[in-house]
Amino acid sequence: MLRYALGRIVGIIPTLLIIITLAFFVIRLAPGGPFDEEQTLPPEIKANLEAAYGLDQPVWKQYLRYLDGLAHGDFGPSFKFKDFSVTELIAQGLPISLTVGLSAVLLGLLLGVPLGTFAALRQNTGADYITMAVVGLGISIPSFVVAPILQILFGLQWRLLPVAGWEDGQPRYLVLPVVALSLGIIAYVGRLTRGSMLEVLRSNFVRTARAKGLPEHLVAWRHALRPALLPVVSWLGPAVAFAVTGSLVVETVFGLPGSGKYLVQGAINRDYSLVMGMIVVYGSLIVFCNLIADLLYGWLDPRVRYD
Amino acid sequence: MTDVATRGLWADAWRRMRRNRAACFAAAFILALTAFAFIGPHLSPHSFDTLDWENMTVSPGGPNDHWLGTDRLGRDLFVRTMNGVQLSLQIALLATLVSFAIGITYGAIAGFIGGRLDNLMMRFVDVLYSMPYIFIVIILSTFIDRANIFALFAAIGAVGWLTMARIVRGQTISLRNREFIEAARASGVSTARIVSSHIIPNVLGPVIVYATLTIPQMILFESLLSFLGLGVQEPAASLGSLITDGAKEIESALWMLLVPGICLVSLLVCFNLLGDGLRDALDPRDR
Repeated sequence: MLRYALGRIVGIIPTLLIIITLAFFVIRLAPGGPFDEEQTLPPEIKANLEAAYGLDQPVWKQYLRYLDGLAHGDFGPSFKFKDFSVTELIAQGLPISLTVGLSAVLLGLLLGVPLGTFAALRQNTGADYITMAVVGLGISIPSFVVAPILQILFGLQWRLLPVAGWEDGQPRYLVLPVVALSLGIIAYVGRLTRGSMLEVLRSNFVRTARAKGLPEHLVAWRHALRPALLPVVSWLGPAVAFAVTGSLVVETVFGLPGSGKYLVQGAINRDYSLVMGMIVVYGSLIVFCNLIADLLYGWLDPRVRYD
Repeated sequence: MTDVATRGLWADAWRRMRRNRAACFAAAFILALTAFAFIGPHLSPHSFDTLDWENMTVSPGGPNDHWLGTDRLGRDLFVRTMNGVQLSLQIALLATLVSFAIGITYGAIAGFIGGRLDNLMMRFVDVLYSMPYIFIVIILSTFIDRANIFALFAAIGAVGWLTMARIVRGQTISLRNREFIEAARASGVSTARIVSSHIIPNVLGPVIVYATLTIPQMILFESLLSFLGLGVQEPAASLGSLITDGAKEIESALWMLLVPGICLVSLLVCFNLLGDGLRDALDPRDR
């Protein structure tokens, strides 16, 4: 187990390296550069600026320099947010994005798993159909439709919660963004759990448990739940990616000062180092979550052997 | 698998499909909405980009011929929404087709040839998988001219083939060692020919199911990009750009969010229902 884990951790490095390399060269293929829009710039000054940021050098040299900086934990300066390094920008926004994103994933698991189990235990009854209809709707309603509707209902109509803003992360301001982001996750986890639960409930060891007279809820709780959770666990990596994507939307709608906006702004402004920084940080996050999901999978499923 | 068995599979699937009322309803709804999206705009006296100064921000059902109201520039929301449905569907279909062409070819080659090439090809897919798709899409959207939304989505399709490649590869591997492939090889059929006339027709079932589930994803992507300001440009309208406009006016003109929002959600629900129905019909193991 330990050896497997170590092997996987080492295996992350080439994966990340390929992601970084691909992203680095693809971004530089895009027409235009970070200093193009300021048309008043005299050519000498533009050349000086580009020299100051190392943009006058050949791309492969810039690439090596970037890797060298990364190895020392330096993401470089932002081209557009002058006076800020990429590290500072991301360090400001990331905790907010992570708070919202991870809360949403957690809420999704806490509500989705019981929902799916409930539906599976009542397969083909009215309760199952209603639950699955709601879940199907939840999967299909994108967060940028849900978020404004939540704003109208809870913020404007009933005045229960603030419409937007962050205010240093007061819980009141957190509720709507997290709910908007988690609805899709709840629905997806619910569907995943129901499907795998149904499969597990048909398996031999569950029949054995029933045959020895165990009540149905104990069969589900003690025997069926753990193996039924496996697909949910392996979805955790993609779930984090989903939360990242969703946080771009939710941060815009609710005006949260998270880091999601840097990805879009950075890409539009050709702020190479900012986009790269976002890709490295979010990419590592997702790779890391995939790793955790794999290790958790092995721990939950006794059939997985590492040697 | 003989010819007779193949026909049996499809006939069986068709029978199961017809019994699934939700999926049939979904298919009918999608067809009806698609047809209406193309016919509807011609029934209205307005065009999608005319500004009606007399009727700005009027709500649906008012005493004028703007059936679903207008936006804050007085543009007819019914025509714009129908145009949006058209555009979203076309874009999604294009992206899906491109991603399929690549995914099927890639997966079939990796699965059929196997060995070290397969390893290498699928390792590459794994690496791309760990990069959030939306990142690639955002980067792509910055260097493809946004006036040409179709080029953008052809490109998005071109990077969205990963899951398809995995599905096709898995199917191909399970087919590769079957007797009829062996027979074809023994009688001297070329590899390319075996892939195109034996492997691909046989992996069609899961491919169709996945296609039905990819289209709504692409519709969603288009909406997301338009929402982030990277998609369709004014005055053209997609469901995503209409929803974005509507979300800004929720206090004063709620219908501007609801009209395109309901269209988008009902399309997505129906595609998902249809996909689930097709999966149940084509892959009876799950029942």
